[in-house]
Amino acid sequence: MQISGADIVLESLKKLGIDTVFGYPGGVVLPLYDRFPFHPEVRHILVRHEQAGGHAADGYARASGKLGCALATSGPGATNLVTAIANAQMDSVPTLFITGNVARSLLGRDGFQEADITGITTPIVKHNYLVMRVEDLAYTFAEAAFIATTGRPGPVHIDIPKDVFTDLAEFEWPEEVSIRGYQPSPRVDMTAVADAAAIIDAADKPIILAGHGVILSRAHEELKAFAEKTGIPVLNTLLGLGSIPRDHALSYGMLGMHGSYEANHAASNADVIIGIGNRMDDRALGRFADFNPTAKIVHIDIDAAEHGKNINTIAPLLGDAKSVLQALIPAVAQNTHTEWLRWMDDMRAEHAHSMAIPSGPGLSVQQICASISEVNGDEVIIVTDVGQHQMWAAQHVKFSFPYQLITSGGLGTMGFGAPAAMGAQVACPDKAVWAIVGDGGFQMTMQELATMVDEHLPVKIAIMNNGYLGMVRQWQELFYKDNYVSVQISQPDFVKIAEAYGILGFRVTDKDQVDDAIRRANEHPGPVLIDFQVEAEDNVWPMVPAGASLSETVEAPRTQQEVSR
Amino acid sequence: MKHTMVALVEDRPGVLNRVASLFRRRGFNIDSLAVGTTEETGVSRMTIVLDGAEGIVEQVEKQLYKLIDVIKVADLTNAEAVVRELALVKVRCSTAQRAELIDLVEIFRGHVVDVGPQHLMVELAAEGERMDAFLKNLEGYGILELVRTGRIGMIRGSETTAVHQVESDEAALFHMESGRLPEGDLPFVSD
Repeated sequence: MQISGADIVLESLKKLGIDTVFGYPGGVVLPLYDRFPFHPEVRHILVRHEQAGGHAADGYARASGKLGCALATSGPGATNLVTAIANAQMDSVPTLFITGNVARSLLGRDGFQEADITGITTPIVKHNYLVMRVEDLAYTFAEAAFIATTGRPGPVHIDIPKDVFTDLAEFEWPEEVSIRGYQPSPRVDMTAVADAAAIIDAADKPIILAGHGVILSRAHEELKAFAEKTGIPVLNTLLGLGSIPRDHALSYGMLGMHGSYEANHAASNADVIIGIGNRMDDRALGRFADFNPTAKIVHIDIDAAEHGKNINTIAPLLGDAKSVLQALIPAVAQNTHTEWLRWMDDMRAEHAHSMAIPSGPGLSVQQICASISEVNGDEVIIVTDVGQHQMWAAQHVKFSFPYQLITSGGLGTMGFGAPAAMGAQVACPDKAVWAIVGDGGFQMTMQELATMVDEHLPVKIAIMNNGYLGMVRQWQELFYKDNYVSVQISQPDFVKIAEAYGILGFRVTDKDQVDDAIRRANEHPGPVLIDFQVEAEDNVWPMVPAGASLSETVEAPRTQQEVSR
Repeated sequence: MKHTMVALVEDRPGVLNRVASLFRRRGFNIDSLAVGTTEETGVSRMTIVLDGAEGIVEQVEKQLYKLIDVIKVADLTNAEAVVRELALVKVRCSTAQRAELIDLVEIFRGHVVDVGPQHLMVELAAEGERMDAFLKNLEGYGILELVRTGRIGMIRGSETTAVHQVESDEAALFHMESGRLPEGDLPFVSD
């Protein structure tokens, strides 16, 4: 029986197990929307802006471990997705983006709401398609999902002209997808594993640098087993947080621009660095040329292009973190590194002040992050926006499981927090989802409060309200001689905003109210917005100035003189 | 250093854009790019000459492989390969100069393809050095118009860079119903 392209799209989504689509309708996708009521297995969540729909799909994908899906119309609807697509690409999140386009006969004629959206997304997707024949739809969806979820995952974009939705064809779902130019699961090279094991066994001061790849390949158990067998301390990239419980004896937290003093110095002094599912990014490693030039680098990654891209690698291991670690664990010797760990512990103790929660009278983001962590324990998923609060959350929340932290790492997308939290809440309706956001970033996507209300998503939004674009202000203070330009940001009365949307909103100004406020929010069945009036001009420490080496990590100034330099 | 790379790609709309976009995005410099069909229907062959250090070339190769439409990549730079480029040159040439110029073309094993009272059009298929020398010699007469195809190349001997079977040894199976999820559930996923 022949069915319409629109029905084929929805049947394909069902075949793929995609039961949630974050979308926004418009002219050319009307034939598709027309068919949603006939496919009740696919829940359509109407967002208030396509970018938010894209971030919600991203948050949903991370929290659920499934393929996230967002839908938009042609032209402006499609271009609004671009930021979310780029975000998913940088953070390797398995996502499917569907856009409509003008009818085939109008393509290229600059008609109403036409944009060359596949041309626009080509550099920021894992792959994309412009489907010109209804007969190709089903296979395209199968192939797209296969590409998005295998190998190094990422966003795949499918653009469909309006009249392809209305054309008729048989629905033929492929039994198998195989693409000759795409082999996502390389066989682990056992010779390379043996070479790497020899390097690891001979190390005196090794560290593990665990990134998002550990979580993407569900290799957290293997990571723990590997670290415990070899006795090697584990540092995390921002997106790697949660790959090993933060209270594990071998977990030393985050390294990088705002990593801990001990983590950055361990990375700078290590003789062997084992990168696992990380991409040797500048925010994590500092200036590449000076990143521990004497260390031997072992690098496990599914993406061969990451090997040696930024850092010379002596032992590249191609494969997903899980399969490589499964091969590597039996190949390495049982070991301990007592002296090395003591060196790190001493450094941690000696420099604890650099990441301490401020003792002043004002409300600090550090305290709020620590409280959200403490009050909720393992029962919470933390979604952050981008900026100072993001770094403080990374430093002060005790992440204990994969994707307990959902954050925009690579692209650093302000406005990510609220919609991504919404997506995470859809994926995990029984979990507490806390969005820690700044007053700047929240104002970029706060229209999604309406979606949370409509869909009964009890997201708890903690606004770290300091009246500044805090990270920008910090840089203007430190690197532009206090010349504050366009960084003080006004905001509406957030409590009234909450009320206007019909949700609970309240303000916290006092240190002593923080725990109770968090509990109160948890107990409230619906979405909650808390306006935390935090210290206006606090800085994130420690810090590696942009373009500096990790060994040049700067600690918090301890005196006023040091602050004013 | 100049490198000659070959990429076998799916003959689909947009594939040239994907490759060009990749080179632009990563800041790789293309000297020349030649695209054409191959012995296999549906497969195009791109020959890319680029300028860059060894490490750059390795990145280019890996980045090319990340494109889904790229089937195979080979670096001909250090291989025993036949490399050619075709040039068409319109040279200013009076009837008096004609014999001398035809001699020159023959020395370089080129061909005269068009002739007129004031010009001569010649073609030459050659590798880099012979081409450069030829064009240098023509400069004295006055080059009116020049077009070059960019280099193409092929490895000598029975070895090929053809697609034939690049098939993965582990034919990628797609588990339809589950939507292919990585093995092992996350600890908190609530179903």
